[in-house]
Amino acid sequence: METGTQKLTEGAEAGTGVFVFEESTSKPEIKWRETVRLFCSNIAALLGFIVLVVFVLAGIFGPTLYPADPFELVAAPLSGPGEFTLLGADYLGRDVFIGILYGTRATLLIALTATLVTVFIGITVGALAGFYGGMIDNVLMRITEFFQVLPPLVFSMVIVAVFSSDILVVILAIAVTTWTTEARLTRAEFLKIKEREYVLAARAMGASNLRMITRVILPNAMPPLVIAITLRIGITIIYEAALSFLGLTDPDVMTWGKMIGLSRDFFFDAWWTVTFPGLAILLVVLCIALVGDGLNDAFNPKLRGR
Amino acid sequence: MKLAIIQRILLGFVLVIAVIVLNFFLLQAAPGDVVDAMLAEAGGGDPELAAKLRASYGLDQPVFIQMLKYLGQVLKGDLGYSFYYDESVTELILGHLPTTLMLTLSALVIAVVMGTLFGVYAAMKPKGFFSNFVTVFSLFGYATPVFWLGMIILLVFALYIPLFPAYGIRSIPEPEHWFDRFLDIVNHLVLPTFTLAILYLANYSRISRASMLDVLGADYIRTARTKGLSEPKVIFKHALKNAALPVVTLAGLQLGQVFSGAVLVETVFSLPGVGPLLYESIVRRDYPVILGVLFGAAVTTIVANIITDLIYQRMDPRIQSIT
Amino acid sequence: MIGPMKQDNPPNSAKQQTPQGNTALKVDNLSVVFDVKGKPVTILSDITFSVERGETLGIIGESGCGKSMTALALMRMIPSPPGRIAGGEVNLNSENLLEVTKKRMSAVRGKEISMIFQEPMTSLNPVYTVGNQLVETIRRHKTVSATEAQEEAVELLRIVQIPAPEKRIKEYPHQLSGGMRQRIMIAMALVCNPKVLIADEPTTALDVTVQAQIFDLLKDIQQKNGTSIILITHDFGAVSEMADRVLVMYAGFKIEEGTLDEIRNHAAHPYTQGLLRSMPELSTDHDAFRTPLPEIPGSVPDLINRQPGCPFGPRCPSATAKCHEMPPMVDLGANRSVMCWLAVEEGAA
Repeated sequence: METGTQKLTEGAEAGTGVFVFEESTSKPEIKWRETVRLFCSNIAALLGFIVLVVFVLAGIFGPTLYPADPFELVAAPLSGPGEFTLLGADYLGRDVFIGILYGTRATLLIALTATLVTVFIGITVGALAGFYGGMIDNVLMRITEFFQVLPPLVFSMVIVAVFSSDILVVILAIAVTTWTTEARLTRAEFLKIKEREYVLAARAMGASNLRMITRVILPNAMPPLVIAITLRIGITIIYEAALSFLGLTDPDVMTWGKMIGLSRDFFFDAWWTVTFPGLAILLVVLCIALVGDGLNDAFNPKLRGR
Repeated sequence: MKLAIIQRILLGFVLVIAVIVLNFFLLQAAPGDVVDAMLAEAGGGDPELAAKLRASYGLDQPVFIQMLKYLGQVLKGDLGYSFYYDESVTELILGHLPTTLMLTLSALVIAVVMGTLFGVYAAMKPKGFFSNFVTVFSLFGYATPVFWLGMIILLVFALYIPLFPAYGIRSIPEPEHWFDRFLDIVNHLVLPTFTLAILYLANYSRISRASMLDVLGADYIRTARTKGLSEPKVIFKHALKNAALPVVTLAGLQLGQVFSGAVLVETVFSLPGVGPLLYESIVRRDYPVILGVLFGAAVTTIVANIITDLIYQRMDPRIQSIT
Repeated sequence: MIGPMKQDNPPNSAKQQTPQGNTALKVDNLSVVFDVKGKPVTILSDITFSVERGETLGIIGESGCGKSMTALALMRMIPSPPGRIAGGEVNLNSENLLEVTKKRMSAVRGKEISMIFQEPMTSLNPVYTVGNQLVETIRRHKTVSATEAQEEAVELLRIVQIPAPEKRIKEYPHQLSGGMRQRIMIAMALVCNPKVLIADEPTTALDVTVQAQIFDLLKDIQQKNGTSIILITHDFGAVSEMADRVLVMYAGFKIEEGTLDEIRNHAAHPYTQGLLRSMPELSTDHDAFRTPLPEIPGSVPDLINRQPGCPFGPRCPSATAKCHEMPPMVDLGANRSVMCWLAVEEGAA
């Protein structure tokens, strides 16, 4: 390519200079700015992102701006939306709207922390296995295989049952049962990128292993990981909701899943008690999926529509 | 090839042992032991009796010996005893299994067959209406909590339009004739199966669409067309078998989850399956049952993985020559 | 030295009849347009050529010049959308293939026109046996029983010189070598003794020795059946091995056409000249191996943002201001033509 350009310039100087020829150079690094631009041109993804921001802001500032206790009995039991409260009240008279508002903070906080832990375990295991290969890879992959054999929901139910339904245990129970996906993905990316020229060059220049992993390979493995992590947040929200629904969560924290679980025996008399918290979950996770799809398209413009 | 299968089965066996060891340590970590459970059941007892019982159960021996004993027990199929149900855990689980299997297997079959067809149809017109529908459908499938969907379906089809029963698997009283009893069970399973199948279906449609789009761009599809084959033959003979490979992988994974995939749906629809058994045992802290279910679920996954590998090998001749 | 006077090609005896009755395939003003982000981009511009019975026409050009697209357009297999055939005629047996029904077209494919591809590795379906894929082709175009088709398949493998065909027929593509797979592709293309065989880079993915074997096989088949072959390649070596006549393509245009000898010895277009200079095999001067091969500067033009004027202009060593205008196709008589302003000037002078 380079010689081609050079020769052309010479040719142009030599008198044929009729045409101007431009050549684009491509570097192996990811074009983040281009990605952001592509993402913003995707209306669905942008809309999803905006809705998510609204939810996050509601989670952060809602409880401060609207001080209340989600466990407080404020209305007639099973009163419908608009009777005493905006979205109705449950069988004890707790306000559904306040529950959702306060649940936003707890749900998002637990889901984000659990995702963080999941991703941390997954990337660490995957990176070590992919980078070092050989015996380390073998051992780590056998361990991964073992964890894949345990059905996530049942396993985390067991963990919570055996230990406690403390928030920390719930977060760990989610992370311990789901990290394998990220581990396999990271390992696959590492195996692929490890052989690229710029990685070999960095190695030749004597970069330490830690530096190779965190500064050279990981940043280039990021695009697929970013997409996977985004989608993982959505899965974790639903996962946490399922555990909360089954009552396997901290008794002092109100989450969306718990609201649905608490009203299980009464929802034939009060559809609003389960419908609204469920819609909140659906909306947030849907928006995460839209953002994930948008990122996917932005990172791989050629694969659009797949 | 035979060697590969034996290797696979051996690995499966090692995994089973590992699960048993994990189970043992979880049992150790759980508060209380068999003796506590027995005494609680008997309405309390003095410490001397407790110590005697512990000795008779070998609970005073070193952990490692206990573990080996537990290992031997489980390998013989003995998962312990539930004092709450007054029944062996193995029998308890087997008793709850049929409902779970009926529910998950029918949902899985519906989802795989329809999902594949949806995916094929969507891939033929990647910009068409149906293709977009599959995309939106799979987005909702990803975002909808299955237990919530179950409740909404109950509200609509059992409460507002009372077409189907809301809970249980049999009417009380049960119909006399065996065929009516069968229809009664089917009737009870419609809504939970539909709930589970619709979310599976969303996933299968997406996977099979993507896989089909991929395969349709392959060189051998172009070859099939240059040979003058008709379009249905190109799609259903040449493309489908290749495109089905990822679908088979996913179906195999979910086949491994038949045990556990329906925990939430069964709970919502109050079906007497493994899910509610697990849930209620957790509420009652009935640890032998809880860990028995975990073990059963893990073993199902291991077996399903081996079966999936075998099917995959049959479908893709390239695999055999590698191993 | 113009005309069908080639000594080294015995099967050309058929050619000495009237040229009209012997044309196997005639392509007129074939144009293909792709929609790229809503903008129509012309991939093929007014391609015109014909192929005689038993003749081999080589289509040569760099990757992206539209030579493979030409082949797909003849088979009416342009991926659509985004592509479409914007105009022209493809006449085979006094039938315009661009106008026949889809059903008729699929009957023509594999029967009247067959095609083999560059990638024998991926062109066969990995999950079916070789026999299965051959038999289905046979039974698509002929009404024969399964056993008859099976026997015919074995016979075809024998024709393409595959040893132990009874055994090979039960094997899967991945169990065969690249050359073997390409032979199977050829066997599949020969099922109905097609009038025209399009070979799109048939040997590019193969070893040199295997390449020669495949070319020999193709020549052999051509002699026996009088098949017309359209050989699509970027390799002038392959063209000089196989072709009677050559068509040079650049950026979706036919820029030069003539017999192999004329193109090789008297190339008129600067691009063809450059192409020939970059060919080591054709150089008789042994010292030439010491000096680096000349290359054509620049790279294949971007069809989306193409400037008006001669497509080769930006890379042409002899370009003048006139080349900002599209040069006409200059007919030099008897299937010899070139698209260049230089030829116009020579003609005028």
